[in-house]
Amino acid sequence: MYISVSDRNGGKKDALPASNDPAVPQRAFRLSPVILWLGVVSMFTDVSSESVSAVLPLYITGFLGLSAIAFGILDGINQGASAIVRIAAGWAADRSGHPKRIALAGYGLSMVARIGFLFAGGFWALTAIVTGDRIGKGIRTAPRDALITVSAQPEYLARHFGVHRMLDNIGAASGPLLAFFILMLIPDGYGTLFVVSLAFAVIGVAALALLVPNLKTGNPAGPTPERRPGPVFVFRWSLLREPGLGRLLVASGLLGLLTVGDGFIYLVLQDRDSFAVQWFPLLYVGTNVVFLILAIPLGKLADRWGKAKVFVAGHVALLLCYLLAAAPFGGFGPTLACLVLLGAFYAATDGVLAALASQLTPPEKLATGIGAAQTVVALSRMAASAGFGVLWFALGPSTAMVVVGSCLAVAVPASMLIMRAGTHQRQTA
Amino acid sequence: MNPAGGRKRWIILLAITVVVLTAAGSYAAIAFQRFQDSRSAASAVSVASGGALPEAPFVLFRNTAAGQGYGMAGTVPLSAPAGQRSLASEACDRVYGTARNLVCLKTNRGLVTNFEAVLLDRQWQPTGRWAMPGIPSRTRMSADGSLVSTTVFVSGHSYSASGFSTDTSISRTDGGAGTGSLEGFALLANGSRVTAADRNIWGVTFVPGDADAFYATAASSGRIWLVKGSISARTLTAVHDGVECPSVSPDGTRVAYKKNTATALAAHWKVAILDLASGAETVLSEPRSVDDQIEWLDNGTLLYGLPRDGAEGDSDIWQIRTDPSAQASLYLEHAWSPSVVR
Repeated sequence: MYISVSDRNGGKKDALPASNDPAVPQRAFRLSPVILWLGVVSMFTDVSSESVSAVLPLYITGFLGLSAIAFGILDGINQGASAIVRIAAGWAADRSGHPKRIALAGYGLSMVARIGFLFAGGFWALTAIVTGDRIGKGIRTAPRDALITVSAQPEYLARHFGVHRMLDNIGAASGPLLAFFILMLIPDGYGTLFVVSLAFAVIGVAALALLVPNLKTGNPAGPTPERRPGPVFVFRWSLLREPGLGRLLVASGLLGLLTVGDGFIYLVLQDRDSFAVQWFPLLYVGTNVVFLILAIPLGKLADRWGKAKVFVAGHVALLLCYLLAAAPFGGFGPTLACLVLLGAFYAATDGVLAALASQLTPPEKLATGIGAAQTVVALSRMAASAGFGVLWFALGPSTAMVVVGSCLAVAVPASMLIMRAGTHQRQTA
Repeated sequence: MNPAGGRKRWIILLAITVVVLTAAGSYAAIAFQRFQDSRSAASAVSVASGGALPEAPFVLFRNTAAGQGYGMAGTVPLSAPAGQRSLASEACDRVYGTARNLVCLKTNRGLVTNFEAVLLDRQWQPTGRWAMPGIPSRTRMSADGSLVSTTVFVSGHSYSASGFSTDTSISRTDGGAGTGSLEGFALLANGSRVTAADRNIWGVTFVPGDADAFYATAASSGRIWLVKGSISARTLTAVHDGVECPSVSPDGTRVAYKKNTATALAAHWKVAILDLASGAETVLSEPRSVDDQIEWLDNGTLLYGLPRDGAEGDSDIWQIRTDPSAQASLYLEHAWSPSVVR
C-alpha cells in the first residue's frame, strides 16, 4: 500500500487507507463543491472540444482536400508539443502557487481558438487554430488536477477524480452527438457548429473564473520556500528523485509504450467486419459512455483496494481488448465487449493516474508531479502508436495486436513489481 | 468568497449562460431556416427530374446549384452541357459512370454519420452497396463497368488520433472478390520493394481495353510516384515521379494529373499531362490550384472541378485544351465530379 507523502490529512502522516485497518474511524465521503464545479467546467469544455473534433476530419477534408494528409502530419507534431506543455504548465502552477490562474489560461486559450474557427481560411490558419486548442488542453490538465487534489478528502482522492472524470466524459460523449445532430439538420452547417461550440467554451471558462475559488497549493504549513529560479529541466530532475513518483513514471511509461491509440483498435475492428465500419463514429462515443459509468465505481475501488493495483489492472482490461480485437470473429457482441473493456481501461487509469501522482508528490511540487506523469503517459502512448503503425504494416492488424498484447502481458506484472518496490523503499525509509 | 459575493457570481454566470446560449441558439435557428429556404427554393439552374440514364454520350456529375436538387447526381447531353440538366434522386459526394451502370459515393448524415458506395444500374436502381471506412474522395470505373475503384480519407475520430491517410480499393461490380486495400499490394520503385509503413495510395484510373491494368498515385516517406498496377499480380510499379490523381486518356496514350509545384505542406497543384510512351511532361497554364481527379472530355480536352469563389459548397467544372498555351473556360456551372460517358 502507498503511504501518502503529502500531509493533507490533519497531521496523521502515516494514515493508511481505512480499509486496511477497520479500527481507524472513517470520515464519510463528502463531495467538494470545487470538484463538482471543476467537473462541470470540464463537461462544458468537452462538449465544446469534442463536438468540433468529431467532425474535424469531415471539415478538413472538405476544406483542404488532399492537403489533409499534410495536416495530419503537422497535427502529430502538435500532439507532441501538447504533451510536453503539460509538465511545463504543472511547473508554472507550482511556481505561482495558484493553479487556477494557469488552468484558466489553458481553458481561455482553447476558447480563443474556437473563435478562430469562425474565421478560419486556409491551411496555415486552420493549423494554427487546432494547435492553439491542443496547447490549451495541454496547459489546463495538470493545474486542474492539482486543484482537485487539494480540494478532495485524501482518503477519497481517486473517488473524487472519478466524479470529475464522469462529468468530463458526459461532455465528451455528448459533444460528438451534438455535432452530428447539427450536421444532420444543416449538412454544411460547420459555421453553426463552431458558434455552438464557442458558446459551450464560454460557459466553461466563465464557470471556472466565477465559481472555482483561487485555491493555493503548496505546503499548507507555511509559504513555499523561495527556490532559485532554474531551468525546468533541473526542477524535473529533482522531482524524479521522489522515490515513489520516479517509479510511477517508469511503470506508467512502460505500460504507455504498449498502449496503442484507440484509433488503431477501432481500425482493427473495422478491418474485421463491416459492422464496425458502419458504426465507426459511435465507437468513440460508446467508449466514453463506459468510461463515465465506471469512473466513480473504479475510483472507489482504487481508494479501497489500492490505486496502483487498479491502475495496473486497468491495463489487463486493455490486454483483453487487444485479444478480442485480434480474435477472428466479429459482429455486435465482440465489438461491444471491446468498447466496454476500452472504457474500463480509461476509467481505471486516467483519473487514478492523477490521484496516484498527486499522492506521491510533495505538496509544493503537486502540479509538476501530475503533469510529469501525464506527459510521460502521453509521449509513451504516441511512441506506441507510431511503433504499432510499423507493426501493423509488417505483420497485419491481428498479429500486431497479439504481439503488443503479449508484451503487455509481461509488462503488467513487471510494472506492479516496479511500483511495489517503491513502496517498500518508502516504508523502510 | 462571502455569501453575497457568491450570489453575485452566480448571477453573472447565469447571465453569461443565458446570453451565449440564446445567441448560439438564434444563430443555429437562423442558419437552419436559411438552409430550409435554400433547399426548398427553385434551383438556380434549369432542372428536370430524370428517369433512366440518357443514351451515351452524356456527362454525369454532382449538381451543386443552390435550391432543390442540391447534391443530387445529374446528367447533361455532351452536345449541350449548358442546357437543362436531368437530376436523379440520389445524393452523391462523387459519381462516376459508364453506359450501363454508375457508382455513387455518399455520406449518410445522422447521429451516426457513415459512408457508403452504391452501385446503380441505368434505371438508378441499386445493384450493390458496401460501407466505406472513411470520407469519399475519388472514384472511377473501368470503361466496361466491371471494376470500381474508391479512395476515401480515413481518420481517427478522437482528439488523440487525427492523422489522415487514404484507403483505396478496387471492387468488382459482379460481386466477385475485389482487391482489398491497395496498401496490401507490393510497391516496387527503382527495381526494389518499398517496405516503409507510411504508404498511401490514391486516385486509381483504369487502362482502356485492359481488364488487369490501372494507374494510381503511391506516396511513401515524402515521395510521390505514378504507379502502374496489376490486379492479378498484386503489384504497384513506380513509373514516374510527382504524379497525383492520374487519369488515362480515352486513347490510352497519355495521363492527365495534378502536379504539386509548391511544398508538401502548402500544395499548389498544376494541371499536367504525361506522354506514357516518351515520358514527356506538359504543364498547362491553369493558374489556380486544382485538387481533383481530372476527366478527359475527349482526346484533346480536360475537365476538372474548382470550388466557386465565395459560395460555400458550390463548385464549377472547367475545361482546358491540352496544349500548354490554352486558357481554361467554364464548362458546366454549379457542378462537381464530372464523368464523361461515351
